Amino acid sequence: MNLAAKDIRHNLGRFALTTIGVGMLLMIVMGMGGIYRGIIEDATLLIDHIGADMWVVQRDTRGPLAEVSRVPSNLVHRVAAVPGVATSREFVYHTIQREYEGKPIRIAVLGLSWPTDKGDWLPLVAGRALRQNHFEMIADRTLRLELGEDIKLGRETYTIVGLTANMISSAGDGIAFVATSDAMAIQFDAAGEAVRLEREARRSRGERYEVGRQQPVLLEQAYKSSAEIPPIAPPQMSAVLVTVAPGHDAEQVAATIAAWGDVTVHTRADQRELLLEGNVEKVRRQIGLFRILLTVIAAIIMALILYTLTLDKLHSIALLKLIGAPSTVIVGMILQQALVLGVLGYGIGYLVGQRIFPQFPRRVILTQDDLMQLAAIVLAISVLSSLLGIWKAMRISPNEAIA
Amino acid sequence: MNDHLAIETDKLTKVYGSGNTEVVAMREASMRVRPGEVVALLGPSGSGKSTFLTAVGLINPPTSGRVFIGGRLVLDGPHARTNLGKFRRRHMGFIFQKSNLIPFLNARENVQIALQLNGATTGAARRRAMELLDYLGVADRAGNYPSMLSGGQQQRAAVARALANEPSVILADEPTAALDSHRGRQVMELFAKVAHENDAGVIVVTHDHRALDIFDTIYEMEDGVIRPMQSAVPSA
Repeated sequence: MNLAAKDIRHNLGRFALTTIGVGMLLMIVMGMGGIYRGIIEDATLLIDHIGADMWVVQRDTRGPLAEVSRVPSNLVHRVAAVPGVATSREFVYHTIQREYEGKPIRIAVLGLSWPTDKGDWLPLVAGRALRQNHFEMIADRTLRLELGEDIKLGRETYTIVGLTANMISSAGDGIAFVATSDAMAIQFDAAGEAVRLEREARRSRGERYEVGRQQPVLLEQAYKSSAEIPPIAPPQMSAVLVTVAPGHDAEQVAATIAAWGDVTVHTRADQRELLLEGNVEKVRRQIGLFRILLTVIAAIIMALILYTLTLDKLHSIALLKLIGAPSTVIVGMILQQALVLGVLGYGIGYLVGQRIFPQFPRRVILTQDDLMQLAAIVLAISVLSSLLGIWKAMRISPNEAIA
Repeated sequence: MNDHLAIETDKLTKVYGSGNTEVVAMREASMRVRPGEVVALLGPSGSGKSTFLTAVGLINPPTSGRVFIGGRLVLDGPHARTNLGKFRRRHMGFIFQKSNLIPFLNARENVQIALQLNGATTGAARRRAMELLDYLGVADRAGNYPSMLSGGQQQRAAVARALANEPSVILADEPTAALDSHRGRQVMELFAKVAHENDAGVIVVTHDHRALDIFDTIYEMEDGVIRPMQSAVPSA
């Protein structure tokens, strides 16, 4: 006869509510782990998907995904000329926040190096990759933009031609992919008045110099748009992405580029590690500590619940001892109830979490390893939390059955 | 020690506390109960009846004195001479003032658990439990939890559990206190019937003087001292 099951059956409502409570607690523990995994996944998503062997970034910076990085646009050609480089691509990346249909929308804008990169590597769930070098956009589903929808950013309007799933920036914003020139246009968009004032300022500065006064044609040139003035450099990029040609030593290629004084080279692994150590480390520690705290709280609550359940049964336990039940029967009853509570709580936590976590604004990723680890922890805390009840039960004298 | 006795106690003494706080609850209490004999133990509250019963029941060992069950020394002062839990399970049945049924088991399961703890298979224990409940007239309430049974039905189920393993010793502490006089007498008669049929030694602590005619031997206890009061059958 399974006494644990009989007791649970007799107090089913109470046990069910207790189990649901424990399940909710375990769901939060599970969710904290999932949030952490989501942050890691989001942070390293681009690095893992974009297919670059190395990142050439502004000197002494950790790259555009971690901090501001500015490199000249001609760097892409310099890098392409290095022996062993198969492809070099422009990388433009920045985050904007605009108002769209009356609501704020945050977009991580990533430039695709047209025509080398049209976004064929993106995990599209609808639509297609870019087919023209302007005014097309591939957006992540989390931005809630529809296929075929137009969105105005700066002075231009972009049509959504493709949708991706789970392409999120490390800050949790959905990524929109456009051609590099469009990404720059969005980044450096200035109002007409600002452009006119800048041109006027240029001419005014020219007038203060002798050469400007002697050659008025220079002042006329200064008033033209930036693109028409050769000495003015085009807008800068965030980084250059490099793929190494087969048969070449990536370290050798990296060493060649790193020897230039204006850039720093990170391999894919370096970039990943820098990102995790920098951006994610504090979050990891914070969530890790919070998770430990929740696990301890869950263990304490389970111990108190099991202790209370045992206190309710003290008379029955004394009676069992009186009729000669060995300690193993009583220990087994308490331990089985603890395990049932833990296992059912875990199951409830998992099932409810599966429904609730997708509604969270950031991704909650439950990995098999994390779930297995938590299951082992739940089993351990179930056993540990039953010890208090078992200790109490073992101290009861059969004499108390007749008291 | 007499091999033919179901229960024999030899000068049981129980002392609580020490020095100025010392209380002697039981003083050299000796009793002999033969197989099939039903013994009543009377006495005012605080006279030491329950202390004596729990000492014989191997629940609350005496400070000194010896307890023999079926001729076997099981308690020598506070020292156990056998595994007491196992011994109680195999040889003793208990019935108390409150029915003392396990609340999360139904009437049948309350009887069944005693059998299964003693090694019976589930099927055999279930059959035997139903037989006993039938014998005690509560088979129709077998599936009911204690809270759904009347006081008399609970007490019958408790008797069924006490009898489950055909014990050689049955100890009852005011088993009829919660029953009306008619039901109380029925339960007492039941003890006598079981004792005679199973050759079990039965000690019943009671305040109920209306059913004393049922008992073979009557002892009285006062200030921790036991003495025979009346005997229907001569003691061994």
